[in-house]
Amino acid sequence: MKVLVPVKRVIDYNVKARVKADQTGIELANVKMSMNPFDEISVEEALRLREAGIAEEVVAVSIGEQKCQETIRTALAMGADRGIHVLHDGETEPLAVAKILRALAEKEEPKVIILGKQAIDDDCNQTGQMLAALLGWGQATFISRLEISGDAVSATREVDGGLQNIELALPVILTTDLRLNEPRYASLPNIMKAKRKPIDQYTPEDLEVDPSPRLRVLQVVEPPGREAGVKVETVAELVDKLRNDAKVI
Amino acid sequence: MAVLIVAEHDNSELKPATLHAVTAGLAMGGGLDLLVAGHDCAGVAEQAAAVAGVGTVKVADAPEYANGLAENMARLLVQVAADYTHVVAPATTFGKDVMPRAAALLDTQQVSDISEVVDADTFVRPIYAGNALATVQSSDAVKLITVRTTAFEAAETGSGTGTVAALGATGDAGLSRYVGSELSSSERPELTSARVVISGGRGMQSGENFPLIEAVADRLGAAVGASRAAVDAGYVPNDYQVGQTGKVVAPELYIAVGISGAIQHLAGMKDSKVIVAINKDEEAPIFQVADYGLVADLFKAVPELEEELERQGYGT
Repeated sequence: MKVLVPVKRVIDYNVKARVKADQTGIELANVKMSMNPFDEISVEEALRLREAGIAEEVVAVSIGEQKCQETIRTALAMGADRGIHVLHDGETEPLAVAKILRALAEKEEPKVIILGKQAIDDDCNQTGQMLAALLGWGQATFISRLEISGDAVSATREVDGGLQNIELALPVILTTDLRLNEPRYASLPNIMKAKRKPIDQYTPEDLEVDPSPRLRVLQVVEPPGREAGVKVETVAELVDKLRNDAKVI
Repeated sequence: MAVLIVAEHDNSELKPATLHAVTAGLAMGGGLDLLVAGHDCAGVAEQAAAVAGVGTVKVADAPEYANGLAENMARLLVQVAADYTHVVAPATTFGKDVMPRAAALLDTQQVSDISEVVDADTFVRPIYAGNALATVQSSDAVKLITVRTTAFEAAETGSGTGTVAALGATGDAGLSRYVGSELSSSERPELTSARVVISGGRGMQSGENFPLIEAVADRLGAAVGASRAAVDAGYVPNDYQVGQTGKVVAPELYIAVGISGAIQHLAGMKDSKVIVAINKDEEAPIFQVADYGLVADLFKAVPELEEELERQGYGT
């Protein structure tokens, strides 16, 4: 069984995003980029499926500019077997990404596709659900537990009020939440080994997908800032301020 | 112009998140209907008809909708969407699961988690953990939208005069099966609608110390939350998580205890009206957004806070 893991190159989660002066987007020049944190969890889960003998091959996919190959190499260094890069300069929206992934799924015929629940740049939380719809597969989103036995899939989902358990059958789309696992670090020998692993390259045109964005971004601005307030010295002073100045208790 | 709001409910009660989505939907203009898909959910339909501004409540009552499974909900939405220009749901785990699946089937690029309606085609949404606000315009024939509930007031209930109409069911897609839920049972208010929220972070050191802030929560009738660091460390369940990857809250009062103030946490709480930070590290970034900061050891300050509230008669 093959597992496909899409990975996105995003601004590193420790870096504060800055709006461009012309308000057309976010400043990405000379900013540290990393693999989307939820995608690291996806790669880890795929590797665990392979290590448990459930999956034979883990294929990492990334869509975007040439530098996305670095993100694929990160997945390969963690232990993925090979990579696929779909070269596309410019914006990618979830629907177009889902269509590209559908085309790849039809070529590669994986039984499981694991995606992060959301990318920390556009915060859309759409791609996995859209891909499931386009392929006509079942979806288990925001999962914190996964068991696969034969064709049967059992998953626990993180929902607003707690947890939800569902069952599905392969093939299936999974999207990962934080507590599913703790991703491994790539060891130095594995980083070296990853350099020799193959990465195939396509363009959206090769896959007959039009990647043009549907949404027009009119402007991107900074949110109104919050002024730092005052320091209080004691708990009694705090309670007094909350009660008599802010009037919130 | 016609807007359909997808109601979130548990087959007996309409969830408050729906009311915030209604307010956003009314701002888009045109008539507004509500879709209640569930099983044995007639009571919910009645509540929905009483929401101010609702025209028709469309009810799809069948076993395949009992648990809101995305595969079945999306099939229904595709059929119902033909009569509407906008299909809107709250950006809860329910809305986030269901809406993109329907959007892809309708070949629509969804607009997620909007915080403002500019006009019928144009919306503002936070990106990059709320560090930027993007204004986006959609030209899709049917727009699928999820709504950040804290950015819109709840619609009034009780005064509405909606009519109820039954819809045909679309059948079970047979792709997933609901097994059961383990819902957190708590006497405290729900995190996203609480007037006061008190959250603990890595500084709590252990889940066993959370009763310290729970005691304060009970004095103030507050909900209890946590930072991602505290969830990651296993102190509390994930449904406590406030932040970019958890819940977004905007209470009257937010008390951050032992939370440093990482970007991803601020994304979930910086729209709170009043923010209090208790942290022993005076350089912690949380103090940059706090209205009132107390530099102190939380293990001393939090019990003191509880005692002070008790002394002043809170929660008695």
